[in-house]
Amino acid sequence: MKPFRVLAIARKESIHILRDPRSLGMAIAIPMLLLLLFGYALSLDVDNVPTVVWDQSASHESREFISRFDGSRYFSIIGHVHSYPEVEREIDSGQALVALVIPTDFAGRIEAGRPAPVQAIVDGSDPNTATIAMGYLDVVAFSYSQDVALREIRRATGQVVDPPVDLRARAWFNADLESKNYIIPGLIAVIMMVIAALLTSLTIAREWEQGTMEQLIATPVRGNELILGKLLPYFAIGMIDVALAVLMGEFLFDVPLRGSVALLFAMAAIFLAGALSLGMVISILTRGQLLASQLAMVLTFLPSFLLSGFMYAIANMPVPIQAITHLVPASYFVTMLKGIYLKGVGLQILAMEAILLVAFGLTLVLLANRKFRKKLV
Amino acid sequence: MFERIKHMLIKEFIQVFRDPKMRGIIFVMPVLQVLVFGYAVTLDVKNIATAVYDLDNSVASRELVARFERSGYFDIIEHIHSEERARELLDRGEASAVIQMNRGFGDALRAGRTAELQLIVDGTDSNTAGVVLDYSTKITKELSQKVLITRFTRVKGSFEKPGRVELETRAWFNDNLESRNFYVPGVIAIVVMLITLMLTSMAVVREKEIGTIEQMMVTPITPAEFILGKTLPFALIGFADVVLVTVVGVFWFGVPIQGSLLLLFFATALYLMTTLGIGLLISTVSGTQQQAMMSAFFFYFPAVLLSGFMFPIANMPEAIQWLTYLNPLRYFLVVVRGIFLKGVGPEILWPEMLALAALGLALLWLAASRFRKTLA
Repeated sequence: MKPFRVLAIARKESIHILRDPRSLGMAIAIPMLLLLLFGYALSLDVDNVPTVVWDQSASHESREFISRFDGSRYFSIIGHVHSYPEVEREIDSGQALVALVIPTDFAGRIEAGRPAPVQAIVDGSDPNTATIAMGYLDVVAFSYSQDVALREIRRATGQVVDPPVDLRARAWFNADLESKNYIIPGLIAVIMMVIAALLTSLTIAREWEQGTMEQLIATPVRGNELILGKLLPYFAIGMIDVALAVLMGEFLFDVPLRGSVALLFAMAAIFLAGALSLGMVISILTRGQLLASQLAMVLTFLPSFLLSGFMYAIANMPVPIQAITHLVPASYFVTMLKGIYLKGVGLQILAMEAILLVAFGLTLVLLANRKFRKKLV
Repeated sequence: MFERIKHMLIKEFIQVFRDPKMRGIIFVMPVLQVLVFGYAVTLDVKNIATAVYDLDNSVASRELVARFERSGYFDIIEHIHSEERARELLDRGEASAVIQMNRGFGDALRAGRTAELQLIVDGTDSNTAGVVLDYSTKITKELSQKVLITRFTRVKGSFEKPGRVELETRAWFNDNLESRNFYVPGVIAIVVMLITLMLTSMAVVREKEIGTIEQMMVTPITPAEFILGKTLPFALIGFADVVLVTVVGVFWFGVPIQGSLLLLFFATALYLMTTLGIGLLISTVSGTQQQAMMSAFFFYFPAVLLSGFMFPIANMPEAIQWLTYLNPLRYFLVVVRGIFLKGVGPEILWPEMLALAALGLALLWLAASRFRKTLA
């Protein structure tokens, strides 16, 4: 391998890239767009669930019960209805996600010390929102019942009573449970996979498709020089994207970066080399740009988005799928990123992930070199 | 005219299906996506790995731990004896929650004082952490309630109880709250968009890049016929994928389909007008396949993320919510989920269908007029 030939290919590829400022611009803009969307617009937090109430009791007690929903930031009472068809219409049209039906004898039962059944109808089509909303409903109902019991005891004994058990919860690593702190670090892994999928997957396929590969074959350049030379400029773009993502996380979104920045960039470089080589292997095997781009989507982007634990926690998946996630290199990188960012841990805890990432990077760089044949046909 | 369009169709089909790998992509990718979304994508939280740090070790503290275990959500993985161990387990991600009861927990409970239960959750995954907090609150409140009732009966005599609310919760449309019932119908929308967007935009640009578009222009074909020839085959492929995803969803995953299939196809046709229109538009502004692909993704990512497919639109900032009204995916998702889960018909879905039709016509018209200019 001669360094000047590698550099010559890198220079040629850079000229190709620079000549098409729009593609280059998008290679920078798409990651930033994703960061902005996830940082500002997208959230899985459930609050202000639109709720309608059918208060058949219309009593002091029922109003107090309802006010507890209105007072919580999880529910917002958008209206009162007066029949089941009305409830049905509100839920069918998606105007309301929750409907509370309070029976006529609500106040009487509470006073008499009997259980008062309240019906809660929840739109289950979005199971995530529905589950969380149902949890909040339970909590509000329990708090209300507890307060009724406390009041009754006070009335009977004449002394102030404290609630028996109190939960003091703390969240470590992300005290306010902000979803952006969870999403942004993992997003770096996804972004790098996107870059690999979108940029490198085309580079060799394009040479074949346009016939310029024949000219390259006629030059003394060797296979591994060609691969390495083509990887270098994309590697630079990828690292710029990482740096941009880290800077945006730091200054725009205030995501805490508690661990070592050097470790972060070192691991990013290794992961990027692997991801770019994967794109390269796809490009070598397909020889057509349309096919290469579609295949890159399936092999790089989808798994890193959905099976890496970036957004959907791996622990919640069925066991066979959990086994598959071990084959997704991004899952190791996502674990590392979250560890470095939020937990501030280093190699003593992330050693296994680091070793596997290095193995992934090396394997794919070697594979790309092996698979490329400097031959026609 | 129909003769020429027919030939154009044949040519496009030959080009798309010539490569067996491409055939695979067009029909295997959708199935893969359904499988991933059907199996892997779930926000349900269960088996939370929990460590217990019980400094009290009394009857009451053990009962509370048992309540956590019995709830079915928590997996007690270890009883620990130091704070350092808690730190280590959370750092390594081996536990996502630690329950801690200090000395005196049981005594406080017996004496009628407030007994404190400490809970540390791993906040890294804010969604899971929120659910863990929720479950824990529920379990503690339940215990509280039980203790209160005992106290109450002690004060008031044996049979009386304080009044309480009993919540009877029912989830409509998706009784068991299965994530797959929510995601699988949505996959139809995103798969169709991706396939038609990429195929249309790249198919036109490839002719430009390789130079075969000049050969096309010397044939008697008119721009309108050319556009039809470049969109119809991909519309048909889009339909095939809708059928494929529906079949896998219904027969493999048992996703219920409550509404009318006919309505689904009609809405798909409206939706395809919008995606093909965008694909054509991209092809008119792109010179190379790479540019076309990047532009397609530049549209596709925000379109999927801002559609309500994974993230509820109601949670977005208001300005962004307005932006989603321009997103065809948003409307089609409402239609698809309405048909699959709620079994509603045109009487409820007409505003979305109307929006799709309007967007589709506008986009096709825009694409066609720009297209004519770039060809001329």
